Amino acid sequence: MKLLVCVSKTPETTTKIQLTADQSDLDKSGVQYIMNPYDEWYALVRALELKEAVGGTVTILNVGAADNDTVIRKGLAIGADDAIRVNTDGGSSLYIAKQIAEQAAGYDIIFFGKETIDYNGSEVGAMVAEFLGLPYVGDASNLEMNGNQATVTRDIEGGVEVVEVETPFAVSAAKGMAEQRIPNMRGIMMAKRKPLNVVEPVDFPETTQVNHYELPAEKTAVKLIDPDNMEELVRLLHEEARVI
Amino acid sequence: MVLVFAEATNGKFKKAAHEAVTYAKKTAEVLGTDCCALTIGEVEDAGQLGVFGASKVLNVGGPGVAKFDSQVYTAAIAAAAKEVGAKVIVLSHNSTGKNLVGRLAARLLAGSAPGVNAVPTANGDQLTVRKAVFSGKAYADVTLTTEYKVISLAGNSIPVEESGAAVAVESFSPELPAAKTKVIETKRVEGTTPLPEAELVVSGGRGLKGPENWGVIEDLAEALGATTACSRPVADVGWRPHHEHVGQTGVAIRPNLYIAAGISGAIQHLAGVNNSKTIVVVNKDPEAPFFKAADYGVVGDLFEVLPKLTEAIKEHKAG
Ligand SMILES: Cc1cc2nc3c(=O)[nH]c(=O)nc-3n(C[C@H](O)[C@H](O)[C@H](O)COP(=O)(O)OP(=O)(O)OC[C@H]3O[C@@H](n4cnc5c(N)ncnc54)[C@H](O)[C@@H]3O)c2cc1C
Ligand SMILES: Nc1ncnc2c1ncn2[C@@H]1O[C@H](COP(=O)(O)O)[C@@H](O)[C@H]1O
Repeated sequence: MKLLVCVSKTPETTTKIQLTADQSDLDKSGVQYIMNPYDEWYALVRALELKEAVGGTVTILNVGAADNDTVIRKGLAIGADDAIRVNTDGGSSLYIAKQIAEQAAGYDIIFFGKETIDYNGSEVGAMVAEFLGLPYVGDASNLEMNGNQATVTRDIEGGVEVVEVETPFAVSAAKGMAEQRIPNMRGIMMAKRKPLNVVEPVDFPETTQVNHYELPAEKTAVKLIDPDNMEELVRLLHEEARVI
Repeated sequence: MVLVFAEATNGKFKKAAHEAVTYAKKTAEVLGTDCCALTIGEVEDAGQLGVFGASKVLNVGGPGVAKFDSQVYTAAIAAAAKEVGAKVIVLSHNSTGKNLVGRLAARLLAGSAPGVNAVPTANGDQLTVRKAVFSGKAYADVTLTTEYKVISLAGNSIPVEESGAAVAVESFSPELPAAKTKVIETKRVEGTTPLPEAELVVSGGRGLKGPENWGVIEDLAEALGATTACSRPVADVGWRPHHEHVGQTGVAIRPNLYIAAGISGAIQHLAGVNNSKTIVVVNKDPEAPFFKAADYGVVGDLFEVLPKLTEAIKEHKAG
C-alpha cells in the first residue's frame, strides 16, 4: 500500500500564547515547535503499522518553509520512508490543501490529523479529499484494513459511527487510532539519509486573512468558598453566575 | 441569501441546529438579506426552523441521503446554495460539520472559518468573524475574501432565539452522486447529553484515586443533570471511558458550568475546557494551577466536599 501522511508544525502544547504589540500575529520569539500531535501520535503511527502488516511505503508530506525540516526528519526517524515538502509560507487552509492535493494523487490512503492544535481548523483533510474526489472520514479513532476495504470508526457526539470505505480514501486521525512511538537512536541516524524532496508550490489564491488576534479576558481572581459551606457555592452559581 | 444546514439526528433537531439557524439569521441581518435552512433526510417538523429565523426551508429526501456521506451531503448543500443564490453557508461545528466545512470550501473555492463563536461583521464583500485558536488560548479574527464563504459555528456560542413562525417545507431534489462510504453501525451512549453538547459538566481527575470512587462524581452529576468528564490520565489508565476525556487531545467543551474535582489544571487540560462560562475547582492543594483559571474554588478534600455540594444542590432543587 502507498500511504501518505500529511503533517504540520505547531507550537508545543505548553506554549504560553503571547501576541505582538499590534496584535496582528503570534509573538513567535521563544516558541518551540513540534509535529502536530494528532499527525505524529495517531496518523503517522497507524500508517506505519499498516505498512508493517501488509507492506508498502509511508511518505510524509508537509507544506511549509525550510524550518519545517526538523519536524519532517522526526517523522522519518519514527519510521516513514521518505518525505515531500512543498516550499511555501502560504497561509489559508484552502491554499495548503491545494498544495497537498497536487502531490497526493496515486496514494491508497491519505492520513491527516483531526486538527492542528494551533488553528483548530479540522478542515484541510476534507478539502484535499474534495479536490481529489475521494471519500473522507473525519475524527477516526480506529482503522482496520481487509484487502482494499477499510472499516473505520469515527467519533460522533456521544458515541461512534462505524463506516466501510474502499481505497483510495482520506482519513483524519483522533485519539485511539494508535499509540505514540518514540524515535530510537537508529531511527534518528537513518532519518538523515532518507530522501526529503523539496518541490515548489502551484499558484493558488489565498481565501482568508487573519489580521487581528486577541487574548481571552483575564479571569478575575478566583472566589474561594469555605468547604463547609456548599450552600454558599450553590447560591453563587444560581444568583451570580446564573448557571443553575 | 444565507444558507444554513440544520442537521437532524434520528429525524429530530438538536440544540446545535437551532443555534446554527439563529446564527444564520443574524448573519443574514448583517448582510441585509434572508436566511434559508436546508434539511437532509427524513425530518419531523422541519418547518419549525422558521421559528428560529429561516424564511424558507428546503428538504432533500430519498434513500441516497438516509445515512451520512460527506461527498453526497456536500453535493446537496452546494446545489442548494446555487438554487437559492446563497453565497454564505453556515454549518454547526460538530462531527458532521467538520466533515463538510472543508469539502464545501474546496468545492466552491470559498474562504472558510471553522468553529467560530461570534456573528460576523461585514465590510463590502468581505466578512470578518472571530474564532478560538490555540485550543482557546487566543482568538483570531478571520476575514473571508472570496465570493462564497463557509462558516461553522462552535456549540454553545450564542443563545438560541425565536424570531419568526413556522414556514412551509419545500422539497428539493438535486442530482447527487452515489455514496462511497457505507455506515454500518451507529452507537450512542443512551440517557445523558453527549459531552460536546452538555451545558453542565462534572469532571474528575487523578485525585479520585481509582475508578471505584467515581460515585461522588456521578452523584453530583445526577443531582445537577450534568454529564461526566475526566482528565486524560484517568482515561489512559482505563478508569473512565475514552469519550469522557476532555482537553487538548480529547473533547473540547464549552458548557455553562464545568466542575473539576481532583484535577490539577495542566495547560493541556485547560485547553479543552477554558471556554466554559463558569469554572468551579475542588482541589486539596491551594497551589493547584487550576485555581488560576477558576471562577469559584473550594480548597478541600473532594471526598468530603462533593457529597456536601450534592446535598446542597438537591436542597436547592427541592426548595
Ligand atoms: C501533548 C500533551 C497533551 C495532553 N492532553 C491532555 C488532555 O487533553 N487532557 C488532559 O486532561 N490532560 C492532557 N495531558 C496531560 C496533562 O499534562 C496532565 O498530566 C493531566 O491533565 C493531569 O491529570 P490530573 O489533573 O487528573 O492529575 P494530576 O496532575 O495528578 O492532578 C491530581 C490533582 O488532584 C488533587 N487531589 C488529590 N487528592 C485529592 C483529594 N482527595 N481532594 C481534592 N483534590 C485532590 C491534587 O492536588 C492534584 O492537583 C496532555 C499532556 C501532553 C504532554
Ligand atoms: N502545512 C501543512 N502541511 C501538511 N499537512 C497539513 C498542513 N496543515 C494542516 N495539515 C494537515 O491537515 C490536518 C488538519 O489541519 P487543520 O484543518 O488546520 O486543523 C492536520 O492534522 C495535518 O494532517
